[in-house]
Amino acid sequence: MIEKVFKGNSRYWMWLAFLSAFVAVGAICYIRQYLFGLGLTGMGRDLSWGLYISQFTFLVGVAAGGLMLVLPYYIHNYKVFGRLTILGEFLAISAIIMCLMFIMADIGQPLRGLNMMLHPTPNSMLFWDMVVLLGYLGLNVICAWVILTAERKQVKPPKWVYFFVYLSIPFAVSIHTVTAMLYCGLPGRHFWLSAITAPRFLASAFAAGPALIVIACLVMKRVANFDAGKEAISKLTTIIMYAALINAFFVLLEFFVGYYSNIPGHKHSLEYLFFGLEHHGVVYNNLVPFMWSSVLLCFGGLGLFAYMKIRKVQTDLWVGIGCAMIFTALWLDKGLGFVLGGLVVNPMHEIVEYYPTANEIGITVGIWATGFLLVTLMYKIAVDVEHEVEA
Amino acid sequence: MDKQRRKFLKVAGATALAGISAPAVVKLTSSPAIASSGHDAATGHEAPGDAHKAAPHGAEEAPKGVRLGLVVDMRKFYGKPELLDKAIAACNKVHNVPQIDNKKSEIKWVWKAPFENVFPEHSSSHSSKIRKENDFLVMCNHCDEPPCVRVCPTQATYRLPNGIVAMDFHRCIGCRFCMMGCPYGARSFNWENPRPYIKEYNPDFPSRMRGVVEKCNFCGERIALGKEPACLEAVKESGAIVFGDLNDPGSEICEVLDKENTIQRKPSLGTKPSVFYIV
Repeated sequence: MIEKVFKGNSRYWMWLAFLSAFVAVGAICYIRQYLFGLGLTGMGRDLSWGLYISQFTFLVGVAAGGLMLVLPYYIHNYKVFGRLTILGEFLAISAIIMCLMFIMADIGQPLRGLNMMLHPTPNSMLFWDMVVLLGYLGLNVICAWVILTAERKQVKPPKWVYFFVYLSIPFAVSIHTVTAMLYCGLPGRHFWLSAITAPRFLASAFAAGPALIVIACLVMKRVANFDAGKEAISKLTTIIMYAALINAFFVLLEFFVGYYSNIPGHKHSLEYLFFGLEHHGVVYNNLVPFMWSSVLLCFGGLGLFAYMKIRKVQTDLWVGIGCAMIFTALWLDKGLGFVLGGLVVNPMHEIVEYYPTANEIGITVGIWATGFLLVTLMYKIAVDVEHEVEA
Repeated sequence: MDKQRRKFLKVAGATALAGISAPAVVKLTSSPAIASSGHDAATGHEAPGDAHKAAPHGAEEAPKGVRLGLVVDMRKFYGKPELLDKAIAACNKVHNVPQIDNKKSEIKWVWKAPFENVFPEHSSSHSSKIRKENDFLVMCNHCDEPPCVRVCPTQATYRLPNGIVAMDFHRCIGCRFCMMGCPYGARSFNWENPRPYIKEYNPDFPSRMRGVVEKCNFCGERIALGKEPACLEAVKESGAIVFGDLNDPGSEICEVLDKENTIQRKPSLGTKPSVFYIV
């Protein structure tokens, strides 16, 4: 089936070339970082995780989001998602590959990465995160490939593959739970030390992942003659709405705990993210515009969906805009605010703001472009197989 | 032809996967890994906690083994910042700590900081003049329950039987998870090659490469030779730093701890620091 990626119209090749340009920039930036060290990033002694880890965290969510397609189809036999589950699985594969690339970009000695396996350490959540991420990657590769091959041959998928399909469901939950546990088990990091971190991650994941899939479906409808179906899109937007609302609810709960208890450690990060944190006469607020954009985009997207549901109108353009708004809102919330907000007050109670460097942004954009490239190639295979079967 | 290639790729892929994961499986199932994670039990460091549970009001069972600790008598440092600098400089020299003049990339093993930063949970809205005017000595606490060891994915940082939290610079992959776990900001990462920033190279201690984490090691390499920690030795005549076995009731450090009122950094986090302060 791989041969399908080599045949495409000029628009397809132009899109690949466009993405490759960013991949090349990312590669050059990475070589620079590899030769000099992580000093080329905006991270430092007091703020030692930055853009890479926050993108990793967000993308684990995107990978887990595919669950919202797999679960209704395979558990509840919701046939409408039949054509979409493969997209969820392929998105999960690309997202996890991006995650692994962000981890490799972030570690100081990438050549020693295998030490994670040579010296397995069950008490480290990072070890378990590796286990579940590689497990989920493997499961999705198996499921996607076997089911797509069966579809191409127009036979039923072999029975054994369902074992892996069902196994992938708890794995999807586990990848984001364990990723949350990287943060929420650290003493002295008040913003992260919250039992609601894992559920909040899952809620935002179940909105962000499907939102990206809806956007991909709408794009493919125009450029690749692939129609997911109106009912599927409508159902997905409902799922996105509920998940985004639950995420917003969880964020508000964090506000209640911080401000009602009035414990400074629990308020600092929220103050920094939304209002600006004052310390020794200086106000630190470089993320405030991003966080309020996140709030506006989230509720704007929800309002748009609600309007479309109530008036029973659904146009591709507005659904796409709504999904893009919610996806961006959740990216700002988790891909930026969560990690950087939690780190703004260092263990010595000094305030340090983070500004990524151009080189760091280059690598980040390069990895995102690589992800989009992988998604494009895999979706090309899926759509072409679909067309082959129809023909 | 095509089919054969496919078959070959399948077998080769499965073999490679098995090969990669085999060491992990072997390590996890073999007993040494379990033994190393059971360090504490073997040396008896779990004992005090267990004793607490068993007899909350009774006398504590004497803990077995060695647990090294350090007391900083800040009274001896008040008004003498040069004494603090002396202790810090001694450590930097002995351990080839690079002097990077940049807050973002700097490496610190032992350093000084204001009271409100060292003891944020002890700060009061009306602190004394002495607290306001003096800096306090900061170093790794060599916790009895070190979060950095708990989170490290490669056991590159680990707890020695004598209580020292040590680093294996050659195993560290530079993920900086330990820096996230440490609630004291005791750890530094080599954001670039540190060697050009070493003023005076000490051949008796390794310099580090970029991309690994480092921190105060309680002078484990000196203690092995029967010497005292470098910071202590530098201010020896003042008696401002006391070092010894916290589990030995007859040791000098235990006498000081019995006599003086000491505080620890962030005790509420349950890390059980081995560094005590007289303020």
